[in-house]
Amino acid sequence: MNGLPVESTTIDLAAVAQSVLATGPEIIIIIGACAALMLSLVPHQRQNQLLSALCVLMIILAATMSYFLGDYPQTAYADMFVIDDFSTYFKMILYLGTALTVLMSGQYLIKEAVVQGEYYALLLFALVGTMIMVSATDLLLIYIGLELQALSIYVLTGFLKANTRSNEASLKYIIVGAFSSAIMLYGMSLFYGLTGTTNLNEMKTALLTLEMSDPMLILATLFMLVGLLFKVGAVPFHMWVPDIYEGAPSPITAFMSVAPKAAAFAVIIRIFMQDLALLQPIWVLNMAGIAVLTMALGSFVALVQKNIKRMLAYSSIAHAGFLMLGLVAGSKEGISSMMLYLLIYTFMTLGIFAIIILLNKGVLLSEPIEDFSGLAKNHAGLAFMSLLFLFSLAGIPPTGGFFAKFYVLTALVDQGYIVLAVIAVLLSAVAAWFYIRIIMLMYMEPATGSAKIHITLPILTVLLIATAGTLMAGLFPSWFLEFAAGSLR
Amino acid sequence: MTISFITELPVLSILIFLPAIAVLFVPFLPSNHAVRWFTFSILMIDFLIATLLLVSFDNSTAQMQFVESRSWVPSLGISYKLGIDGVSVLFLFLTALLGWICVLASWNAIAKRLKEFMACLLAIQSLMLGVFCALDLFLFYVFWEAMLVPMYLIIGIWGGNNRIYAAFKFFLYTLAGSLLFLVGILVLYFEGGRTFDILALMDISYELNLQKWVFVSFLIAFAVKVPMVPMHTWLPDAHVQAPTAGSIILAGVLLKMGAYGFIRFSLPILPDASHYFAELMQILSAVAIVYGGLLALAQKDIKKLIAYSSISHMGFITLGLFTFTSNGITGAVLQMFNHGITTGALFLFIGLVYERTHSRDIPAYGGMIKAMPLYGIFLSIFLLASMAVPGTNGFVGEILVLSGTFGVNNWAASAGVLGALIAAAYLLGLYRQMLLGPIRIPGAAKVWDLNKRELCCALPLLIFVFWFGLYPKPFLNILRPTLTNLLEQTLGAGL
Repeated sequence: MNGLPVESTTIDLAAVAQSVLATGPEIIIIIGACAALMLSLVPHQRQNQLLSALCVLMIILAATMSYFLGDYPQTAYADMFVIDDFSTYFKMILYLGTALTVLMSGQYLIKEAVVQGEYYALLLFALVGTMIMVSATDLLLIYIGLELQALSIYVLTGFLKANTRSNEASLKYIIVGAFSSAIMLYGMSLFYGLTGTTNLNEMKTALLTLEMSDPMLILATLFMLVGLLFKVGAVPFHMWVPDIYEGAPSPITAFMSVAPKAAAFAVIIRIFMQDLALLQPIWVLNMAGIAVLTMALGSFVALVQKNIKRMLAYSSIAHAGFLMLGLVAGSKEGISSMMLYLLIYTFMTLGIFAIIILLNKGVLLSEPIEDFSGLAKNHAGLAFMSLLFLFSLAGIPPTGGFFAKFYVLTALVDQGYIVLAVIAVLLSAVAAWFYIRIIMLMYMEPATGSAKIHITLPILTVLLIATAGTLMAGLFPSWFLEFAAGSLR
Repeated sequence: MTISFITELPVLSILIFLPAIAVLFVPFLPSNHAVRWFTFSILMIDFLIATLLLVSFDNSTAQMQFVESRSWVPSLGISYKLGIDGVSVLFLFLTALLGWICVLASWNAIAKRLKEFMACLLAIQSLMLGVFCALDLFLFYVFWEAMLVPMYLIIGIWGGNNRIYAAFKFFLYTLAGSLLFLVGILVLYFEGGRTFDILALMDISYELNLQKWVFVSFLIAFAVKVPMVPMHTWLPDAHVQAPTAGSIILAGVLLKMGAYGFIRFSLPILPDASHYFAELMQILSAVAIVYGGLLALAQKDIKKLIAYSSISHMGFITLGLFTFTSNGITGAVLQMFNHGITTGALFLFIGLVYERTHSRDIPAYGGMIKAMPLYGIFLSIFLLASMAVPGTNGFVGEILVLSGTFGVNNWAASAGVLGALIAAAYLLGLYRQMLLGPIRIPGAAKVWDLNKRELCCALPLLIFVFWFGLYPKPFLNILRPTLTNLLEQTLGAGL
């Protein structure tokens, strides 16, 4: 940005138009969010359905546009924003996750009696935030995306106004979120001080002149990494995850475990594996340790959980640990294994959350694991789908979850991290225990509560998409694999 | 004898996926009766295909036959590759045979959620057949691991009082074992030039140190499945709690997979490590034979007794395999088949009497041969076969294993002889208490002798007891080229 005064006098209209076009999908979603806000002011009997239809439509539009834009890499807004196969891949995950969340929200909002248009608008804003995160190539823009996403989710977490757990979760999330953002910002500012730029590309060249053992650089790297690890819920920055997962409305929990996480991993990959890959020696050992701790804590603590959402919170921590192994492997295969994992994880997680929403007994009640008891007796189909999602989360073939884990392990063993691979598989055997426990409840225990299960078309769509994704990724993994590997330059 | 059309069809795929596809239809069948007949006919067709394979198997070559190969995940070198040799064709046949017998054995025994049960039986059948056909390590692992799911459900839903604990234990033991196996597979994959093709991996000679580590990771998986002492504790629980069909599948096929793993992977791919660990394996096997037998001697529950006897008998198999003698290995493979038949039959017969009396308490029984003469006769024959009396199938296998072991490891062989004596003690004890003496029936339940359906299950097993006992030659012919080849692979390398 050295020649700022000179360049700013003449505005290159073509470049602006091109930049606007490149951010078309984001703009579509923002229009959708505003429209949702306005539509929510119009009283209508079927407002809820209309709003979710609008959201899904906008997401499909944006996805189509992303698909056609993704053909060629291009930068926008003076190199702050990029569209490449990598960002398009992650955007597809985000679209998928958000669309499925929207579809499963309708019923939940009616059950909890909090139907409001802002919900959908905020969800779309959160989506835009995550989309900006995956496309940004400038630390400032990354931060803006991150905050947009986080602020929307803070509000969504506290959406159940009458529910103290929801309020508490929201407040906790704000405090922890602000704290982690501050740490990250500090790291970013140190980077700016060291390299004189916030742009990742320029930083890449500036790094060549720096000593890797410079304590300031180490500090900057670790601070930025810690901020991002907060977002993915890695140990020891995981404390917020269970409380917030438990307190948030279930569809928002589902959304949180997919979209912001995928976006945060995308940012980690973009910063630390691609543009600033030089920094790798600084963090790789820490990352290995954190990954093992994260997997271990997630797996062991999940064993004793009594609330299904808390359990899934710890399970998501364990999964984040497994994902980080891809970072440790560091190879191209490692990255594409993470990308594949995130896609498959989206299917299975949203699937199981859809089931949780169906089992929800209504206003102000928590979700004990016992809700699953005897599900197989009255709802064989639902029970079978849950079985599939849970075995997939546990990593049992022939489901997608197995292939996801397998591919990460492949990358790991390829780089010679055999001990890590052994630890990872042993911990996933521990993790299998608590997934199997739910299956046991469903199939081997008598039904307890008489939750009236009412399957509507949108949630059925979610279930079918999730089932198809989970199964297909297990049976025909090469389609998904080509998609993920092909998205890496 | 060769039948031309079956070499042109993807016959192994049909064999494997017929039951899997049938699962999709089960939920839509109108009545329980229809479900039973449907499952039975599907598994019968599968059995006929397996018989056809056995008959048209070319026993002059050690090459894989009926090979099918398609790429599956090309970028990782994973292919969908199937093929069978002399060992696998025999186990395909055994699996397919026990499959329909299990349906008959569960005809009335399964009262609740019959559709789901039959779906599980079909699914597990598919996966077990897949394990024996897979020639790609990844494919093998998928089948091997996926098998846990239906078995877990069979034990956990339709099992006895303590079924949930047993199902958990079964699942976690086997899962933990096989996950290390997965890491071992990946190491072989990368060291072998990125291929999962089992035949290609056999041609690679890995360095000894690597072989040792991989061998240990494989050993844990296989030793849990076999099971070898000290990884055996899941077995009595699983067997006691499982419904009859579950026990038959467990004893008949699932346990064999551990031994099959040794034959298919450990010996040919890791020959040097196999030799390195041979003595340890022989000792562990000898311990299993004696210790399993002694445990069986102390049991008051029929199923537990047979479960511990399984541990003892499986010890003979691992003992035979790790002698690296022609007799030892041949005996081990025969013993695998025989144990499937005999122990399958014993669990079937325990199930039959349990259906009538709802008791497995040995001292509560007496004089059953008078109360149910036909049942008594059959049971005594199967007990004798399990005892390895000459003229029955058990004898052929055990004598070959022992003759192979003498000269290699005399201590282990002596332990084997001792184990055979102990087996005689507990099996004859069971025979005396249950079948002889004054009639005592637990709970004064009404008993009736075998009906036609039960005879249909028992007869084929009886036929194989004597066929193997008196004229095992056709089966030996099928095995010979494969086992000779295996022996060359294990001996040729290194030593």
